[in-house]
Amino acid sequence: MSRNKLVLCLALATLLTASSFAADTGAIRIGAIFAITGPAANLGLPESRTLQMLVDDANAAGGIGGKKIELFMKDSQGNAEKALSFAKQLVEEQEVLAIIGPSTTGESMKIKSYCDENETILISCAAAETIVNPVAKWVFKTPQMDSFAAQMIFTTMKKLGITRIGAVVSNSGFGQGGKAQLEKLAPANGIDLAITEVYESTATDLTGVLTKIKAENVQAVVNWSVEPAQSLVPKNMKQMGFEVPLFQSHGFGNINYVTMAGKAADGIVFPAGRLLVADALPAGHPQKQLLSAYKKEYETMFKEDVSTFGGHAYDAFLLLTEAVKRAGSADRGKVRDALEGLKGVAGTAGIFSFSPTDHNGLTMDAFEMLTVKNGAFALYRK
Amino acid sequence: MRATQLLQYLLAGIATGSVYAVVAIGFTVVYNATGIINFAQGEFLMLGGMIAISLAPVMPLPAAIAVAVLATGAAGVLLQIVFLSWLKNPAVLRMIIITIGLSILVREAGLHIWDEKVHALPFFSGDETSSLAVLGARISPQVLWVLVISACMVVGLTLFFRSTLLGKAMRACASNPTAARLCGIRASTVVTLSFFLAAAMGALAGCAVSPLTQTQYDMGSSLAVKGFTCAVLGGLGSVPAAVAAGLVVGVLETASVSVLPLAYKDVVALGILLLILVLKPQGLFARRPVAQARAGG
Amino acid sequence: MYLRRYFPVFCLLFLVILVQLGLAALKLEFYMTQLTMSAYYTLVALGLTLLMGYAGQVSMGHGGFFAIGGYAAAVLATVGFASWVSLPAAILITGLVALLIGIPVLRLRGHYLAMATLAFGIIVLRILLGTNLFGGADGLSDIPAFRLFAGLAITGRKALRVQNYYIAWGLVLVGLLTGINLVHSRVGRALRAIHGNEDAAAAMGVDVARFKLATFVLSALYAGVGGACLAFFNGGIGPGEAGVMKSVRYVALVAAGGMGSLWGTLAVSTALTFLSLRGAFGVYDDAVFGAILVGIMLFAPEGVFSLLARRNRPGNAQ
Repeated sequence: MSRNKLVLCLALATLLTASSFAADTGAIRIGAIFAITGPAANLGLPESRTLQMLVDDANAAGGIGGKKIELFMKDSQGNAEKALSFAKQLVEEQEVLAIIGPSTTGESMKIKSYCDENETILISCAAAETIVNPVAKWVFKTPQMDSFAAQMIFTTMKKLGITRIGAVVSNSGFGQGGKAQLEKLAPANGIDLAITEVYESTATDLTGVLTKIKAENVQAVVNWSVEPAQSLVPKNMKQMGFEVPLFQSHGFGNINYVTMAGKAADGIVFPAGRLLVADALPAGHPQKQLLSAYKKEYETMFKEDVSTFGGHAYDAFLLLTEAVKRAGSADRGKVRDALEGLKGVAGTAGIFSFSPTDHNGLTMDAFEMLTVKNGAFALYRK
Repeated sequence: MRATQLLQYLLAGIATGSVYAVVAIGFTVVYNATGIINFAQGEFLMLGGMIAISLAPVMPLPAAIAVAVLATGAAGVLLQIVFLSWLKNPAVLRMIIITIGLSILVREAGLHIWDEKVHALPFFSGDETSSLAVLGARISPQVLWVLVISACMVVGLTLFFRSTLLGKAMRACASNPTAARLCGIRASTVVTLSFFLAAAMGALAGCAVSPLTQTQYDMGSSLAVKGFTCAVLGGLGSVPAAVAAGLVVGVLETASVSVLPLAYKDVVALGILLLILVLKPQGLFARRPVAQARAGG
Repeated sequence: MYLRRYFPVFCLLFLVILVQLGLAALKLEFYMTQLTMSAYYTLVALGLTLLMGYAGQVSMGHGGFFAIGGYAAAVLATVGFASWVSLPAAILITGLVALLIGIPVLRLRGHYLAMATLAFGIIVLRILLGTNLFGGADGLSDIPAFRLFAGLAITGRKALRVQNYYIAWGLVLVGLLTGINLVHSRVGRALRAIHGNEDAAAAMGVDVARFKLATFVLSALYAGVGGACLAFFNGGIGPGEAGVMKSVRYVALVAAGGMGSLWGTLAVSTALTFLSLRGAFGVYDDAVFGAILVGIMLFAPEGVFSLLARRNRPGNAQ
């Protein structure tokens, strides 16, 4: 036994010494933590692809301010403890300037205080308000606020004269956050949220819960999730003859969900960034050129449609590089200050303007109400 | 609760339950022939669905499904021959761990061969919005397809076991392997055939249910747990019992939505499993304790 | 005799100290984070070794106990209890749950036991996901540090890295000592008898049910300690800890270590968990553990070290 232990010790020792030293090559080191595989892969995979694509493009063009970018990408599989372990690795070993990601709220919250204490910039691609509220000096996020999404939905409902609704949300952090916002904002908008049900994010049939909602005689249904169940709700509703308008959250921003729902998707209304309707934007729109370019490059490279999730990683990188350029150096403190001072930067999710009290930088204008027509996204006009 | 609401729950529950039933049948068939609980059973539904989805654009739907069923059956046979056949009298613990490991490998293979996205087969008749009225409740025609296909599989399997020589040979192997061997029945053929049947049926069910529940690389594991629950409820001995158990669990689970918070829906099936295991491991419907004798080994 | 029994423990202690000094000298201290986390996960695997290897009972739900320990500590600490109350309370709660679950479930054998423990793990996961008190899908964050004494604390803060490393590995050493003592005692012999043949052991007068339950609870306590301490170290915990894949991983580690070998499990668990936490397996993380399960059970059911031993003795049949 002791002989085997010796072998193992030697192996471990070799592993430990064959480490990646944080060699100072003058490169700008950026870390990324995404859920590339695992249950949140539909978020993390487009994010990781987008970031890799952008970093390669930047390096091909000479880097930022003449310095190449070194990207350290980690797959957390949506696991919070892995995210933390990687965050510590990125900060302590690779001594990165900033971390982009993680993909989910749970992971982001786990590393929020760590990054803040260790003075490393964190630009999260997760949606929950708690990531930037309370504001932590070093922590930012790029997805739009779910409170804005809820408000946009309610505003549209008011225009349609809808007063009584039911909501189904998934049990993920995104869904739970949406539920909180819906419940909070409904009364102020004069909407009666008669029933809210939380479903399992891996659910394969929602007829049961929709039956319960139908029994409440609601005039519309809101579904708030970021998982494939988004396609199940419209299908189940049509199949059980539940003919009321369906609203979705900004998690619906991937054409794959529309394809999956087929004809049942027609007529769904949801708030989203303008990435999905880039072609329909007027020529002078500040985001148009950027969105069209991103869409074209991503779709050519990966042979799949862009989604708003990939856009969050795009924005994170865009804002970071802007901040580095304005700071004129890769010093963490200077870049952070420059980041916080950015105003009017056009990204995929909207126009970003940060401030010491606002580390999300987006307003409700970032959203556009979209709908589905004949299996494609279109602007919603009523 | 109004009658139509109750009926809606019932129909939804029967649809879900018939999928569980097919998975349970798969467990039962393999267990009867080999004494092994194949935890990879749920993955066969994923494989069948994914293969059919990949083939659907290039051939008519029935052909795609047929190929998917045969291919998955072959995969099941391959799994059995490559990984399981040459183990001599393995301990139960070892088999459990191997089949769990196999289910993980099949799932990860599914992830890397296809992708992480969700896919679905086209509806067999009608489309996503078609809706049939049944006594006041409304369901998708695909639900009827699932029920009919599952029923055909059950009937076909029962006839196979009862009337064909091969089926009788399998039953002989299940009840007394030594005596069966003395009669000239080769155990290895029976074992391989049972894996083929379980995999093929799983694949067919996976295709039938794909338009409704959508197919994703990781759909197998939770199905396996639920299916096993139903198999145990049915006593791990007879196919009709597994089916009945599947329907019962499906309906109970769906109806529980009306009283429990939806988040705990899964707990219903698992709670049932734990209760049955603790109180009556032979299952609700078992007449002879085949399962109990095997479990000790 | 005692010296021979405990000599490996001293070797491990020496190695632990050596590694820490070596890392400090080479300015590679950041490895201590993953080494500390691995220690806590290894604690679970050690407890499971006692259960699976010595008592011969399979548990596919040990992630559940880890999660119970972690969440209990997290909730109590966040609500405001002093940490010297939260940690023991969490461990106690884990033990109680294990007792309650173990009494009915340990009557089962083989597949049924596996499934029952699997179901337990999933039920814990569902409850954690569905309950707001436990933070739902996001889990709990910002757990205050566990203050011991004289400025010592279980926390993730960089300044206390070295202390935490020693605390974690100290706990592992305690766990090992407990395990070794158990194995060499009357209880250990009874467990081995049970593992060999439950009915024969019962016929010899061994109180099978009591020993199985005791080992089950003990292994759950190991997991609970690991979970609670890791929750303090990470400053947070997520529902993924109760997931099926986590529980399956623990089983894989025990199997690869040789089922009944505390040292084998220690070595394999430390190495693989360390690599996994560093992202060494990339996107194939789950696949690696699945492959380990299959590979070990097919080719080396006595554990990966038996492959090395076999080469020493060419005449040995498998």
